[in-house]
Amino acid sequence: MTTIAPPVVRTKESPRSSGGRGGSVVWMALPAFVWFIFFGIIPLIGVLALSFTTWNGFGEIVPSGLDSWRATLKDPGLPNALWVTFLIMALSWAVQTPLSILLGVFLATSKRYREFLAVLFFIPLLLSSAAIAITYKSLLDPSFGLGSGLGVEALNQDWLGNATLAMATLIFIVSWQFIPFHTLIYQGAVRQIPTSMYEASQIDGAGRVRQFFSITLPQIKYTVITSSTLMVVGSLTFFDLIYVLTAGGPGDATRALALLMYRQGFQANLMGPASAIAVILVLVGLALSLLLRRLGGRADESQSEGA
Amino acid sequence: MTNNPISRRNFLGLAAGAAGAAALAACGSDGPKAPGTGSTGGGGGGSASYWSLSGPPGEPVRKAAIERFNKANASTKIEELYFQNDAYKQKIKTSLGANQGPTMIWGWGGGGLKEYVNSNLVEDLTDWFGQNAAVKDKILASSFGAATVNGKIYAMPIETVQPIVLFYNKKVFERVGVQPPKSWGEIMALVPKFNAAKVAPFSLAGQSRWTNMMWLEFLLDRTAGSEVFDRVFAGEKDAWSDPAVLDMLTKIQDLVKANGFQKGFSSTTADSNADQALLYTGKAAMMLHGSWSYGIQTANGGNFVKEDGLGWMNFPAVEGGKGDPSNTVGNPGQYLSISSKATPEAKEIAKKFFSTTLVDDDEKSGWVKSGGVPVLKNSDSLFTGGDAQFLKDMAGIANGAKVFAQSWDQALSPTAAETLLDNIAKLFQLQVSPQQWVSAMNGVIGK
Repeated sequence: MTTIAPPVVRTKESPRSSGGRGGSVVWMALPAFVWFIFFGIIPLIGVLALSFTTWNGFGEIVPSGLDSWRATLKDPGLPNALWVTFLIMALSWAVQTPLSILLGVFLATSKRYREFLAVLFFIPLLLSSAAIAITYKSLLDPSFGLGSGLGVEALNQDWLGNATLAMATLIFIVSWQFIPFHTLIYQGAVRQIPTSMYEASQIDGAGRVRQFFSITLPQIKYTVITSSTLMVVGSLTFFDLIYVLTAGGPGDATRALALLMYRQGFQANLMGPASAIAVILVLVGLALSLLLRRLGGRADESQSEGA
Repeated sequence: MTNNPISRRNFLGLAAGAAGAAALAACGSDGPKAPGTGSTGGGGGGSASYWSLSGPPGEPVRKAAIERFNKANASTKIEELYFQNDAYKQKIKTSLGANQGPTMIWGWGGGGLKEYVNSNLVEDLTDWFGQNAAVKDKILASSFGAATVNGKIYAMPIETVQPIVLFYNKKVFERVGVQPPKSWGEIMALVPKFNAAKVAPFSLAGQSRWTNMMWLEFLLDRTAGSEVFDRVFAGEKDAWSDPAVLDMLTKIQDLVKANGFQKGFSSTTADSNADQALLYTGKAAMMLHGSWSYGIQTANGGNFVKEDGLGWMNFPAVEGGKGDPSNTVGNPGQYLSISSKATPEAKEIAKKFFSTTLVDDDEKSGWVKSGGVPVLKNSDSLFTGGDAQFLKDMAGIANGAKVFAQSWDQALSPTAAETLLDNIAKLFQLQVSPQQWVSAMNGVIGK
């Protein structure tokens, strides 16, 4: 171990440094951290401050104490938006995770036709959410969409106009869009598992299913947590897709927190309550990612014990 | 011992949280910068800026007006920029808030204009119209109502008068063998006949919500007259608690329950003109829409309008209703205000544009050719050719109306309008009962 530390930023802490490694990590995080302060922390403080004011978006900003918070917490739209957000989060996680793991495992082995399939699977990942939403909206239109075009009655449902169907359709599209990304993560994770484990289990007489549950799944545990965090926290920020697809409708059936925030701020000109919702969104996001980290257990636990 | 001041957990958490905050902050702080708008509140020196809506039938006429003005006034220049309807509504708010708005602010008057006035964003034009009585005289007097806030004029009425009318597809009526409705009872009687013929009785762009609102506007007017909404507009307490409102809301839900609108109407949008397409393709028999729909159907419907496929009428009476069946609802005009933040030079250019190009004969004929009734007086003689009958009828409805009410969402403040539209969407979705609707709406009166 070397004790020579590179130029450190936090000089106070450097004498206590147990090695050069810790110091250099801090230094490398600096550019990202500065960027993060400017585009993350400062706007966050601004939003927090705005949540204690009354502002229509272009007039004068008037401090109004807890008025915006009171209005937001009393708004019957808030529990609905929280429920919709939770529903989207839970359902899209439940659909995406098993499918991504299976696809990831399938694609991890290098066979020519699988590489070709992998390329096909990743196409949705290349499209923008708005483009996906517009395309699906046209395809699912009951009057001019796929169903009436092909004359297939089963396809001709009120996909986006019925509250339950609209939610199901949304989950389907979200999954369609993001499964490729998570598949990619799982594919990488599965390829990291030492083949010696599979060889050993084969000698012990384990079948494919047994191998999957006893080796693959435990070995990609941390990847599952990473991927779940991305899914769960990412689902909080779904806006473009829902906005173009249903605009939160029908009624308020798909109006998640981000849409409620937009509606209050930019359609009803209530920037105060909109900022309060943004703060709630931040808190929910923080709580969820903390929770998922806890669930993941200790980070220094070795994953390849006995390998 | 960890000596890392930023633990990974904190970092991840903060990053996640900030994403939400950044989403709001990013929307609010700075939109894409418009070329030529500068940071001084629109146009310095010899130029003024003008923002408006894109797309036919309006954009070509607007462009032609700017071109005429720029040609006639070589030393000055108006810089133009066009946006889609919904995009414009967002864009204009954020840019005004950031002091980067245009010299001339295009709008719908009413509640939105009132908000600008309260924030001192637009010029008081009362004196200017006083000095330029000749300009004021050229414009229909009824169009000034929505440009007036607290007795003062803050905008110039421009472009066209747009009543909302009931359009119908004559070919579909012929095929099904029925006559256009003359009353609400006849409408309800037609619904099962069209459904039996596998045609949607009415086309409705339910996701856009203001389209649903037009139904409430007419039904309330026909059952109770214009006074009920006047009381809401005046901010009277519990003004929605009128038996006529409950009656009207029940009628709407009856129509929804009877499958009066096309399947999936709540996911249809007006911006894509999907509702118009349903009518001219014969998938729907009728549609309640603004008179501007005529221009869209002419442009997109192939030979539909040319072959006399499109019929129109004022909304029929409701049996036993108190409202005058000549009343109409819609846009009494579009409105152009001058930003109070603009430079004196830019304001002068704008005023010159107002007093010359916007009231000239080319402007009048341009709007007539686009299929609209201009806000400028004495345009009847221009109604010739294929669109003559439509234009005459629209002018007849607009001028013959005892009350030409402004659309509710334009008349109310954006805050109240948003709650209104939200509750209307839920009403059509059968998500709220008429009673719940009334109490929700009473809660935002005067806000």
